[in-house]
Amino acid sequence: MSEILLQVENLEAGYDDVQVLWGISLKVARGAMTTLLGANGAGKTTSLRAITGSIHPRGGRVVFAGEDVTTLPPHAKVARGLVLVPEGRQLFSDMTVEENLEMGAYSNRARKRFREQLDRVYTLFPRLEERRRQKAGTFSGGEQQMLAIARGLMSVPEILIIDELSLGLAPVIVQQLVGTLKALKTAGVTILLVEQNVHLALALSDYAYVIADGRPFIEGPCSEVAAKPEIRQAYLGL
Amino acid sequence: MSTLLEVRGISKRFGGLQAVDRLSLTVDEGEIIGLIGPNGAGKSTVFNLINGVYPPESGRIVFAGTDITGKPPHLVARQGIARAHQIVQPLGGLTVLDNCTVGACFGREDLPLGEAREVAREMVGMIGLGDRLDLPAGSLTTAGKKRLELARALSARPRLLLLDEVLAGLNPTETEQMIDIVRKIRAGGIAILMIEHIMRAIMSLSDRIVVLNLGAKLAEGTPQQVAENPDVIAAYLGDSSLMAAAEIS
Repeated sequence: MSEILLQVENLEAGYDDVQVLWGISLKVARGAMTTLLGANGAGKTTSLRAITGSIHPRGGRVVFAGEDVTTLPPHAKVARGLVLVPEGRQLFSDMTVEENLEMGAYSNRARKRFREQLDRVYTLFPRLEERRRQKAGTFSGGEQQMLAIARGLMSVPEILIIDELSLGLAPVIVQQLVGTLKALKTAGVTILLVEQNVHLALALSDYAYVIADGRPFIEGPCSEVAAKPEIRQAYLGL
Repeated sequence: MSTLLEVRGISKRFGGLQAVDRLSLTVDEGEIIGLIGPNGAGKSTVFNLINGVYPPESGRIVFAGTDITGKPPHLVARQGIARAHQIVQPLGGLTVLDNCTVGACFGREDLPLGEAREVAREMVGMIGLGDRLDLPAGSLTTAGKKRLELARALSARPRLLLLDEVLAGLNPTETEQMIDIVRKIRAGGIAILMIEHIMRAIMSLSDRIVVLNLGAKLAEGTPQQVAENPDVIAAYLGDSSLMAAAEIS
């Protein structure tokens, strides 16, 4: 296996007195696309929050590029290249496309490479360049998702963590975004994908982790996981 | 077994969203029915229609032979339907016992205060909060508040209990305890219609499962039948044609 870029060990996390994660572990290899799957309420978003630092893990470790980053705040993680594209996009809807992209380049490291990244992003998404002065809030769902990914790229990610790529989007739009992810992967961006469409996630990714009730359930190369009856069990309980 | 609740073709729309679409289901005396479906399937809206938070735009709801369609929640409660809510909102400054006493006062029977308090005391004990009767409800943990919510609903002495995610936020031990409590409630002759995200739990508790998707009934049957239904699998695992999209691009 190639270099492990992100390693999560025995992560425990939750909200107030409610514990959601009971020992999640996963490894993301550099350059690979890894997917984290599980039914509603299994703990996928909570895992991402604990990894990116918007909630504090109660136990376990997050190791990124060889450094223990478990307790670092989100901005320090972004500065190191650990970047989240959040569920529901969370764009600045009153800002223009280009202003949103500037917000993505907030860290010192990214700010220095702003021009270069902007060119890269506009090459990848010509539509964003055409509409660079348009307010993000006027975009369609698919365009917003595109902008959210682009904003993530402006942070110069070592790993791009995407929470729900296809949710609420039409199949034709999803297909375009899939093309984008594949292009990113070819360009060497490491991706950790949370995706409600299991078939899509397994077809796109190299390696899958399936969690249930805040615990590891099964894992393996996607082709193997796709063939396992346990995948249904993880979602339907039987 | 005789039918306790009969829901016939109810619908509810919110703006452009058909939240519930001509849904029919029945609950027999003593049954546990699980209502499942992906996020946004309309499960909680079905509960809101049954207990009268808003009236259905079409269809009828018949409970124990009485048409309760469009009756407001306090009258539905008088008929013998109680609900444990997903988001618990106890009266934080009142004690555990007083919270349940309120439930008993406005339940199936119009109990005088003294009797209501006795019913409440019994239910609090049954639910395992007997040692916390006099504590303010606001001081309970999440697990404690979940139990209180159930005790408050039971204090109404319902014939049918609507349980909306009573297991959410509980740790594994508390979940097992709550599952035992649900079984005990059913053994006491109360029918249960439940929404639950923890699939292992709802599949093992329910006699029958009704699957909702986009507000309409997608499937119905025993837990095993439902788990093997290709339409249900597709609803949970996603549209498999998107996989082809991934391969083409």
